Amino acid sequence: MTKNNEPKSGEKMNRPENRNRRTLIKALAGVPLLGLFAYEASKNRSYAREKQNRVLRELGLENFQAPKTQPGLQVKGGNRIRIGFIGFGTRAIQLASGMGFISLEEKELRQTKGRLDSWMMQENLQVEIAGICDVFDPNAKIGMDIAQNGLRVNGKPGTDYPVKRYRSYREMLDDPEIDAVVVATPDHHHARITTDSVKAGKHVYCEKSIALNEDELNEVYQAVKSSGRVFQLGHQITQNVIFQQAKEIIRKNILGKISLIETTSNRNSVNGAWIRHLDADGNPKPGDLNIIDWDQWLGSSPKVPFSIDRFYNWTKFFDYDTGMLGQLFTHEYDAINQLLRIGIPKSAVSSGGIYYWKDNREIPDVLHCVFEYPERELSLLFSATLSSSRPRGRVIMGNDGSMNLGESLEVTADYDSPQFKKQIEAGIIGTSGPMLTVMPGSGEIDAVTSATEKYYASRGLTDTFINGHPVDVTHLHIKEWINCIRNGGTPSDDIEKAYEEGITVLMAHKSYIEKRRVEWDPVLKKII
Amino acid sequence: MNNNYSSPQLWSLVLLRLFIGWHFLFEGLSKFMNPQWSSLGFLRESKWIMSGFAGWVTSSSEVLSVIDFLNTWGLMAIGLGLMLGLFSRPASAFGVILLLMYYLNCPPLTGLEYSLPSDGNYLIINKTLIEALSLFVLFLFPTSHVIGLDLFLHRRKQVKN
Repeated sequence: MTKNNEPKSGEKMNRPENRNRRTLIKALAGVPLLGLFAYEASKNRSYAREKQNRVLRELGLENFQAPKTQPGLQVKGGNRIRIGFIGFGTRAIQLASGMGFISLEEKELRQTKGRLDSWMMQENLQVEIAGICDVFDPNAKIGMDIAQNGLRVNGKPGTDYPVKRYRSYREMLDDPEIDAVVVATPDHHHARITTDSVKAGKHVYCEKSIALNEDELNEVYQAVKSSGRVFQLGHQITQNVIFQQAKEIIRKNILGKISLIETTSNRNSVNGAWIRHLDADGNPKPGDLNIIDWDQWLGSSPKVPFSIDRFYNWTKFFDYDTGMLGQLFTHEYDAINQLLRIGIPKSAVSSGGIYYWKDNREIPDVLHCVFEYPERELSLLFSATLSSSRPRGRVIMGNDGSMNLGESLEVTADYDSPQFKKQIEAGIIGTSGPMLTVMPGSGEIDAVTSATEKYYASRGLTDTFINGHPVDVTHLHIKEWINCIRNGGTPSDDIEKAYEEGITVLMAHKSYIEKRRVEWDPVLKKII
Repeated sequence: MNNNYSSPQLWSLVLLRLFIGWHFLFEGLSKFMNPQWSSLGFLRESKWIMSGFAGWVTSSSEVLSVIDFLNTWGLMAIGLGLMLGLFSRPASAFGVILLLMYYLNCPPLTGLEYSLPSDGNYLIINKTLIEALSLFVLFLFPTSHVIGLDLFLHRRKQVKN
């Protein structure tokens, strides 16, 4: 290229300044292209930002922030709270971890999996696990080991205070050295232990579900209300930071008029079907009358001879819980009630059966419930199976859009939306995929989701993300409870919401058992 | 190294170098600008001979963040090197290694299935492998000592000799 344009005189060409100039041009040949690159890259970037802002503007969400920090939940005051655990099974181990205590074996495990660091970053709640009560010796020993010798979030193993094992929960409630209790027993004890605990002046964190019949639900409701103690029901799902975004989207009426909500629970495993009496090798887990206080375990449920099946697989029997309603629907209901505060339905009808797990179970393995809210002009569906793990999501449907709310949040505009008609016609909002995706941990609202991002959004995450770090949602739920004990206030799953949930579950349960549609009488406060 | 290329040979090699540099730089920049980007998703898909390595990387958040850092800055450094013609030969060599790592983690071999769809249809040979080979050609047929900042380094070496 250069040769043809060069002057023919060799003398002129070889002048040092010309040679230097040519050298410089050749050396810097890439620079103009780099300039073009910078220009195109910045154009590309501002196009993406503008497109996203345009969608957010159209939705009235200009100031919509992706979740980064959990507001107003700093531990204040150093006063220690002494906590007693009633029941120390698998769930209690998770709760202890959320509180800042893990066993040394668990520490090793997390270290090899690279998950110890994020746990160590969990906030120190300044609490003591000061008492353990379990009617099953091995569980009590695990609890004592974690409380006495386990690793704490402050990095040191062991304690500088006494940890006591109690033979009965009443013994623990009588002890003034215990300030608050965590109830993580099988469900048939929840209401009674909670009632007795608040009467004894203890604050209570109780795992779902709250009660198995209306009488004990009413009793626990009254007891907690009149006690002034802080009660939190164990539904960590609302602590996922994207719930704030979901609330905002609903408040901004982006979904339009909501008249149908579909919740689902699908799983397909032996463990998921609550068959848990065998270990990983298929051998029976330990359990006999020498290490289990069977009378205490039965509590007020009907007296039956000791059964290893009932002990480990209690969820299968109506004496101890309400099956998929108490174990799975409660989470679904809580998620929706936290968002929309739908409260107690006017009516409920359930249908289902035992179609797959042909063991001695009483609970159905396929179940569908329909709850009507005529005053709110909406229906709530729950559909569940224990023999398919196909994910069906949790979808809130409005006439302008629908929201799928899992660990991430997706809002899809409705093809026939009146509200977005113009934007859909103008191509600003598409209807073939989500128009808005919020992924915890991203720190960004994504209104122009790429194929890859859409793909990852559909995958579940177990933790929520705060400032880019995974945080256990159970930890946040416990922290909220602890904060309310220290500083006053009402936790997100207080006794009012627990009562609404309890009644809703009992309505669906009664409908299934009695094979009829049941109604709620708000005057008599009774299911009829 | 002497320039024995004809003009069309030289300019087509330079253009190839600039284009690949552009591609690398934008890949790196896109990752750098996206705070949520991580190689985690890609490495989880890893099949075949590199899956053990990928498993090791994804098992630890520290190793993963080191890999993410090296990947992002490596891509940008190689891209800049190729575009400016600065240290182009090592840039080509590292580029080949990086591309082969991508290729070997997710090669389009019969029987290996990935949950992320690819952007075309490939059997054994894909665009990553072709780009790796192109960079290898650039490594064998360098141009930066004629067109690029390496020219200064080249001159200095010549003067020394």
